[in-house]
Amino acid sequence: MLNLFLQFLINGLLVGGVYALLALGVVFIYRATQVFNFAVGDMVLFGAFVCWSFLVWAQWPVWAALLLALLVSFGLGLLIERLLMRPMIGQPLLSMIMATLGLSLFLRGVMSFIWSTSTVSYPHKLLPGQTLKFGGLFVSDELLWAFGVAILVFVVLSLFFQRGRIGYGMRATAEDHQVAQATGINVKNIFALTWSIAGLVAAIGGVLLASRVGLSVVSTPLVALKIFPAVLFGGLESILGAIVGGLLVGVLENLAGGLIDPKIAEITPYLILLLVLLIRPEGAFGLKRIERI
Amino acid sequence: MYRPCGVFDETFTQDLAIVRTKAHWGLVFFALAFLVCLPALASGALLANMNAIGITIISVLGLQIVVGYTGQISLGQAAFMSVGSYTAFMLSTYLKAPFLIALPLSGLTTGLAGLVFGLPSLRIKGFYLAMATLAAQFIIPWLIVNVRPDLTGGTSTMVVQPPRIFGYKFHTQQHMFYLIMAVVVLSIYLTKNLVRTRVGRAFVAVRDNDLAAEVMGVSILRYKLSAFFVSSFYAGLAGGLWAYWMRCVSVDHFTLMDSIWFLGMLVVGGMGSISGAVMGTIFIRVLDILVKAIGPWLGEFFPSLAGAATAALAPTVFGLIMMLFLVFEPRGLAHMWERVKSFYRLWPFSY
Repeated sequence: MLNLFLQFLINGLLVGGVYALLALGVVFIYRATQVFNFAVGDMVLFGAFVCWSFLVWAQWPVWAALLLALLVSFGLGLLIERLLMRPMIGQPLLSMIMATLGLSLFLRGVMSFIWSTSTVSYPHKLLPGQTLKFGGLFVSDELLWAFGVAILVFVVLSLFFQRGRIGYGMRATAEDHQVAQATGINVKNIFALTWSIAGLVAAIGGVLLASRVGLSVVSTPLVALKIFPAVLFGGLESILGAIVGGLLVGVLENLAGGLIDPKIAEITPYLILLLVLLIRPEGAFGLKRIERI
Repeated sequence: MYRPCGVFDETFTQDLAIVRTKAHWGLVFFALAFLVCLPALASGALLANMNAIGITIISVLGLQIVVGYTGQISLGQAAFMSVGSYTAFMLSTYLKAPFLIALPLSGLTTGLAGLVFGLPSLRIKGFYLAMATLAAQFIIPWLIVNVRPDLTGGTSTMVVQPPRIFGYKFHTQQHMFYLIMAVVVLSIYLTKNLVRTRVGRAFVAVRDNDLAAEVMGVSILRYKLSAFFVSSFYAGLAGGLWAYWMRCVSVDHFTLMDSIWFLGMLVVGGMGSISGAVMGTIFIRVLDILVKAIGPWLGEFFPSLAGAATAALAPTVFGLIMMLFLVFEPRGLAHMWERVKSFYRLWPFSY
């Protein structure tokens, strides 16, 4: 029993690594622009599909396909910002949410045009390694990769925010667009950079996710939706919170699914979400907003 | 509301009237006459489409109250519809409840469900609230499928008997058309009235600035929750009608995608406008029908896409339209219509 528990715990932690990575992308955009990106699931899928196309259609080596997928996703982020987000600056929050919802639908439609709606998977393993075994416990190497990459991206992004001109610029932009502009920060560039980095992170997450569960226009965005509970648990502004929230959602989902009832696994993240919203809406590490009149 | 030059109110009754000008009366009369005569002239397929549009209008009107008037985002309208349709199904199948009792009850039940998921709105707003209602979109279908599959039929599709009113059976598209349109007209009338009462003004106050509203004595708790209740009540009515109209219920009819479509209809129609909700719904639904007709035709030109084209075209076009409206006409069709009207009135002058 203990062994089973530990196995589910490890699986949860490792799956949580992928969630954490995707959650990072959402938090990143929120921190720098105050926009919540509902299209994250589709951006994730897009990156993974581009990588798949270079591998299967163009028959390129893995490293080239990965690199190009990252580049294309970077470009996609840039495009989204330029065409959709920049004209929306200054519009109410509601419109911004709707815009990302519309974007999500649009991307999904375009992707079903290009890659059809059936499920595909990568032709071979992208990253070296095999399933590790520690005294009866199995640790999948794909998940280990995902976990490792998530931690790496986390470290890079936190350093990025805490040091360096651009990081400061982003934090200032999130605080107040106009004041930031007045101090000489190029808010437009900050926006563009934020969205393209988010596209990059989404592509990394997408490839890692897809190497485990395959690619499908129908189901992959649904997996990506599970990161919203993770983001909210950690607090929308907190990069550390995204990691903790992602891991927690992964662990709880696996434990509830494995030990209580497999059927309950799919709604566990949303139950966590409701509880967090009722008890501590700002999340574990988020900033509490105090409104004064 | 802007009125043409020369229309004055001389009594309070005039000031309170919903239908004000002669042209307005004429429009209402013709619209009603059109609805009454249409079933005799139109084919079954057209009526079926119009019935679907009618049901969607009811649901989107509800969403307009909570999103457009109260300013709270709800991503769960489709899930609330499913509560209504399952309530109607269970009442009519197990308790043999007549239609006229089952339909309002399904509205009420859904209203209560809406209250539960509206509770977080007291502490949170904006993105956070979108999340709470997103949770509803996943939790409600799960509850329907897993809690009492012996009653709800789980994932399988359950058959609903056609509605009867005083022994008269509504079993064709024509019959359902009258039934659905009656509810549509009634709910448009009620919404129009609701938003200009004390309650409606309180909704708008909460939307525009909740702190200011609270300071002026508007109880945010009460009005946010009542907005959720009313909105879900409409969703429940729409869901109940849907069950009676489709003669079957299934959780697959009410997905997250449908909720997003409803929100998109609001965006296209215009936030905070009753006519906007109606216009947006009709616009998007008609577009959807057109796209479904074009899909196979496109497939002939691009045989490689034949399968994907039909499935992919609708979200592509719809997502694109939603984004275009947000960027270029955030106030939607309702605002465009106002502009057309003022242009016509002022012509040949520009203002």
